[in-house]
Amino acid sequence: MPKITNVLEGASALVKGLSITFKEMMQPTLTDDYPDKPPVFQERFRGAHVLQRDEFGLEKCVACFLCAAACPSECIHIEAEENTEQVRISGGERYASVYNIDYNRCIFCGYCVEACPTDAITHGHGFELASYDTSTLIYRKENMLVALPADAKPVRIHEQAPAGGHH
Amino acid sequence: MATLEMNPAAAGDTGSTRRMTLNMGPQHPSTHGVLRVVLELDGETILKATPDIGFLHTGIEKQCEVRTYQQVVPLTDRVDYLANLSNNLCYCLAVEKLLGLEIPPRAQWVRVMLTEITRINSHLVWLGTHALDIGAMTVFFYCFREREKILRLFEMFSGQRLMTSYFRVGGLALDAPRGGFQAVRRFIDEFPSNVDEYENLLNANPIWQMRTQGVGPMPVDDMIDWGITGPMLRAAGFPWDIRKTEPYSSYEKFQFEVPVETGNDVWSRYRVRMRELRESAKIVVQALDGLPEGPITADAPKVVLPDREKMKTQMEALIYHFKIVTEGFSVPAGEIYQAVEAPRGELAYYVVSNGTGKPHRLHMRTPSFGNLQGLGPLLDGRLIADSIAAMGSMDFVLGDCDR
Repeated sequence: MPKITNVLEGASALVKGLSITFKEMMQPTLTDDYPDKPPVFQERFRGAHVLQRDEFGLEKCVACFLCAAACPSECIHIEAEENTEQVRISGGERYASVYNIDYNRCIFCGYCVEACPTDAITHGHGFELASYDTSTLIYRKENMLVALPADAKPVRIHEQAPAGGHH
Repeated sequence: MATLEMNPAAAGDTGSTRRMTLNMGPQHPSTHGVLRVVLELDGETILKATPDIGFLHTGIEKQCEVRTYQQVVPLTDRVDYLANLSNNLCYCLAVEKLLGLEIPPRAQWVRVMLTEITRINSHLVWLGTHALDIGAMTVFFYCFREREKILRLFEMFSGQRLMTSYFRVGGLALDAPRGGFQAVRRFIDEFPSNVDEYENLLNANPIWQMRTQGVGPMPVDDMIDWGITGPMLRAAGFPWDIRKTEPYSSYEKFQFEVPVETGNDVWSRYRVRMRELRESAKIVVQALDGLPEGPITADAPKVVLPDREKMKTQMEALIYHFKIVTEGFSVPAGEIYQAVEAPRGELAYYVVSNGTGKPHRLHMRTPSFGNLQGLGPLLDGRLIADSIAAMGSMDFVLGDCDR
């Protein structure tokens, strides 16, 4: 009778499918336990930007504007100023007095990192950028610059400039 | 458009229970995106189905006209978010053809390897969601488990899971990462056994068979008239595959079959895609085995960014670096149509250059748009319950359709 064979075929298919389900129940899971555990990123992951310093603690950015030119979403805003004898911020002639990245617009394509001739801007692995207020998504230089090491000598900063010097 | 307005009076006498107009979407779980289908129904039978597209229009084609050629690459990621690398590849091939660049074999092999992994990724998402629509939930979890592995590979190579931008005009953005090829090898060695698993779950499943076999046929001539390509066309017995008919990126050097079925129904489209998963895995293995050594970018100092070490030590390279980043490169005036076989069918970029550093016009011939044209003829006269299976078998991505 065709009906009985249909039932048997259906039942065998069911057993076959369920055997896979039970086998897979014993397998380790692939998902990350975020937010209970930190997620695992690959080395190249393009996360929030980090502005680097050189071995003397000076900013690597020399305000050449290449990152702003390369950016397809035009989210980088830079204002440049000259380094002086009294105030030295970067290793080159100029430094970025203002360096803003608008994370409302940034698409994390990595073109700025590719363009930077001094390796000043890099992608970190930061990703928790979500905010209820879009105005907080414009990151300033202070938000992105790597901190000086704790034992670094506090030289070459604005506050030490003599009166009448650079401002 | 008058045809898309909800007008009960137009569907016969008001108060009649026989004919009615029903909106499916734009927010409907089985349309997988913002697609609206206006269905004219007689009971359970669809008299007329009219797709209403454009809810996901992003104006990407227009945006491309104000960006330099290299800056367009991240935009092409966002056209079809399940086949980002296929879009990267198609755009790069088109511009490279206009420039007359020769891409070194290593870059071509890596491109083939990654676009085939993209095909696997896209078909896995299709299989998982399509099975979910039809009621087989388990497959979804296994498909997305394998997809997670693929997304990690993409992250490993390019730095992002979805928006890769890994192929650039002139080659690749970066060489393969440490352990990258080993990771691909581990995945692809295991993958055929995963496909066995999906097939064991679905092939003999009587519900799956009943919901798919004989559902959603469409004459092959109509398909060609409407511009339907890809697995839909191959499941109707028409062996059309750009990788074979117009090989690009050294596809002629790889051995693979073009799976063709003759059933012309949802089941055949499922069979074609399952066989394509295995064929793609074979191509990836070949690409890994025969991977040539050598550079990853073309020898074109005015187009390709110089090597970083050279850029930091040689003045000439630094000058080129500044010039390329700030101004881009100019492309000789002309126009080009470059097609590739994307997971959904024939994807093509039509680039018009006026000799400047930005495209004068960039048109995308996307497979989802072509395939959706056939939605009306596919659904007319069918049952409403079958429309979900038939629509799912088209495998459209609305971002690809509306761009």
